[in-house]
Amino acid sequence: MSVVTVQLGQCGNQIGFEVFDALYTDSHCPHGLCSKRENEAYQASCKERFFSEEENGAFLFLLIPLPSHSLNFSSPLVASQAISPHWCNPLWYIGHSLFFHLERGFFNKSSDGAYSVHGPRHEESIMNLIQKEVEKCDSLSGFFIIMSMAGGTGSGLGAFVTQKLQDQYSNSLKMNHIIWPYGTGEVIVQNYNSILTLSHLYRSSDALLVHENDAVHKICAKLMNIKQISFSDINQVLAHQLGSVFQPTYSVEGSCHYRRNPLGDLMENLVPHPEFKMLGIRNIPQMSENSLAYSTFTWAGLLKYLRQMLISNSKMEEVGIDWHVRPPLSRLPTLGKASLNRELQFNTSIANLVILRGKDVHSADLGGFKDPALYTSWLKPINAFNVWKTQRAFSKYEKSAALVSNSQFLLKPLDTIVGKAWNMFASNRAYIHQYTKFGLEEEDFLDSFTLLEQVVASYCNL
Amino acid sequence: MTQSVVVQVGQCGNQIGCCFWDLALREHAAVNQKGIYDEALSSFFRNVDTRVVGDGGSISKGKICTLKARAVLIDMEEGVVNEILQGPLRDVFDSKQLITDISGSGNNWAVGHKVFGSLYQEQILEKLRKSAEHCDCLQCFFIIHSMGGGTGSGLGTFLLKMLKDEFPDVYRFVTSVYPSGEDDVITSPYNSILAMKELNEHADCVLPIDNQSLFDIISKIDLMVNSGKLGTTIKPKSLVTSSAGAVKKRHQKPFDAMNNIVANLLLNLTSSARFEGSLNMDLNEISMNLVPFPQLHYLVSSLTPLYTLADVNIPTRRLDQMFSDAFSKDHQLIRADPKHSLYLACALMVRGNVQVSDLRRNIERLKPSLQFVSWNQEGWKTSLCSVPPVGHSHSLLALANNTCVKPTFMELRERFMRLYKKKAHLHHYLQIEGMEESCFMEALSSLSGLIEEYNQLDATKSMPVEDFPRLSVAM
Repeated sequence: MSVVTVQLGQCGNQIGFEVFDALYTDSHCPHGLCSKRENEAYQASCKERFFSEEENGAFLFLLIPLPSHSLNFSSPLVASQAISPHWCNPLWYIGHSLFFHLERGFFNKSSDGAYSVHGPRHEESIMNLIQKEVEKCDSLSGFFIIMSMAGGTGSGLGAFVTQKLQDQYSNSLKMNHIIWPYGTGEVIVQNYNSILTLSHLYRSSDALLVHENDAVHKICAKLMNIKQISFSDINQVLAHQLGSVFQPTYSVEGSCHYRRNPLGDLMENLVPHPEFKMLGIRNIPQMSENSLAYSTFTWAGLLKYLRQMLISNSKMEEVGIDWHVRPPLSRLPTLGKASLNRELQFNTSIANLVILRGKDVHSADLGGFKDPALYTSWLKPINAFNVWKTQRAFSKYEKSAALVSNSQFLLKPLDTIVGKAWNMFASNRAYIHQYTKFGLEEEDFLDSFTLLEQVVASYCNL
Repeated sequence: MTQSVVVQVGQCGNQIGCCFWDLALREHAAVNQKGIYDEALSSFFRNVDTRVVGDGGSISKGKICTLKARAVLIDMEEGVVNEILQGPLRDVFDSKQLITDISGSGNNWAVGHKVFGSLYQEQILEKLRKSAEHCDCLQCFFIIHSMGGGTGSGLGTFLLKMLKDEFPDVYRFVTSVYPSGEDDVITSPYNSILAMKELNEHADCVLPIDNQSLFDIISKIDLMVNSGKLGTTIKPKSLVTSSAGAVKKRHQKPFDAMNNIVANLLLNLTSSARFEGSLNMDLNEISMNLVPFPQLHYLVSSLTPLYTLADVNIPTRRLDQMFSDAFSKDHQLIRADPKHSLYLACALMVRGNVQVSDLRRNIERLKPSLQFVSWNQEGWKTSLCSVPPVGHSHSLLALANNTCVKPTFMELRERFMRLYKKKAHLHHYLQIEGMEESCFMEALSSLSGLIEEYNQLDATKSMPVEDFPRLSVAM
């Protein structure tokens, strides 16, 4: 089954490039640590999910509404200096007809510029383009929508398009990949845009997979040792994490067929309840290529770190982990447990999925993740925790482990954003006139606040 | 790609405008090696085949034929515009996009606004409509004028209202040159205050500039250039004031250096909308992010660096120095000290080889020494454009919505009151049809209202930051 990827806005498109590059490069990497036949099956599965074959080679599923100068369309390689300076892969490129330019950016106005004005105006063209891509799939797993939360195009149009996909393809799954902006502003009205976007997406999307700029930036600085970090560096780390989740995996232990339904499988394991849709990713190991040559890992070591990253809500291994956080005794009554966990800063999970790739993957022991203390009381670990193991290594890492977690990872960031947006709103409605100019009303803001406070409370009380 | 139209009004407006077009051509010439008419060029220029008679000459793609500026030139005296048309830039301007008269406005806002306004209303509207028609997607009008005179001040603000009514969706960015303390026009306080009312009501964003600050910046540069210290050879092309290497050589005139600074301001403001970068910022994002309340739309600007040393090495320290300088009061284009006043919002528009980590590092570094309003503690808007300005490897334009504009307005009000109390020169205004004393009173009250808003914000400066109680949800 195939996934149609929709990339929106400057952020969405810059990331999209890196994601497809990562997927393609990895699937064509000869060092898979497995047999040739195995490698070919992996490649084929990856292709089925994300790429379509056209006359000249592999194309991508892409749809990109954004101001046209964000990408340089003059060459078929679509490689703009700013986006991917070391771009060199000629075998896949983007079909020009798949691009949808708009003359203006949506100037950081989420709901007005993008949602209520430009969205409807361009609805037909956008949905037509998506329809064309859907028709190329033999069978559709669903949509993967890449967007930022802080700007205008990605956030507002993203919310609008997700709503339309809900209406038009109600049987298909939708996962939104959302970029959480840096805490210290990239965009001044980012908190408003974020709450408007999140509240709309919560109603129409099936799962929200979040990457925080601050966290990825730290990984670049501390783990990858990059001195002058560019957005390109950040996007590459991000793409690596996404790749380690989305590349093909085996269906069951010991089977030799790759899973066919990437989105469905993820949702099934991770989103048991519609009130809890926020997913975070952690990946280990993550390091610069130079360091990689000198490092060896054991599954026991990697998994120990990964588990601690989960329960202490750390964003990266080694430097960032707080080893003091421990799961509480599972014998405590539920109510007491929730407040105690808050005090201990323990990250309670609803559901977790660990994806292991590489050498000796079957020997990895995941007992640590099955501890009931890690999970909320209304799901037993047997339902809440899943592991997918694949022998084929990912992206030159002999062993790599990814964790996708529906847990309190994003509780604090969400709470922070809602708090800041509320402060701004309550302070004489600062900036609101910029939104009401385009038909949005204070009521809409209040609705968004209410919905998100509900989500915060739900996650808080796990 | 969106287009912008520049409307230059009055002597000051046209002289600055002239420098702007010169620098714009120079900048595009440096970037556009192949001579193809691309989207970046189209933001300010049309590509025209001048052999075609009438209007049909526009060419949208392909090689550059003749570039015509998207500009409307208005002046009620002929001198300045004529000089432009006889000068090296004569081919850049479309002769049909001019409106001139002979006698001038006599430094009288009322003449500019009421007399010439009604006289030329139709013509101005026609030229504006024409320039808009030539755009695929018009995003912004840039109005350049001075506040102290008659034409720029009066007629310039008259057309603001016209633009608002006729093109409500197009942004109106106004670059206003405010009169300095020792201004040679006695009635400049009257003109400025009358113009301020219009700016308050009809502009989306105003970038106030004053001559004294520009002059101080030039003095500082001259000092550096002439100091001849070892290791401080400055690259001549990099001077923010120079027209060295300009497309057509001109004999440098007295205000040229100062006008070049303003021209650079406009170029840097629009760079992220014209050229590529890893974090783009369109012009409408400026208004959206920097104007939290409709009335408070005055942005203090600063440009750094003012020059580049010939030493090619750019260690991080120098990059950081660029950020620090942007907040120092010596680099502001108006007499203001943002560091010791209250920020409502701040935009940093970076050009050149600067990455997001450099940006973040400097924001973290400078934040503690700046005061932001309590509900906008992280009020930063940033953009990264990969194309640096000519002669530099990187540059920074900082736009601050800050209460430090208040002193300028208060001084203006004081100077106004000194004249008004004596009714000095008032009869020149009152004899114009449509002008009454109430016009002055309304303008004064508009300005006082604005000052009061800034006062209220300043009052919150030393108050403790309190979070508003959140909505509570029933579980």
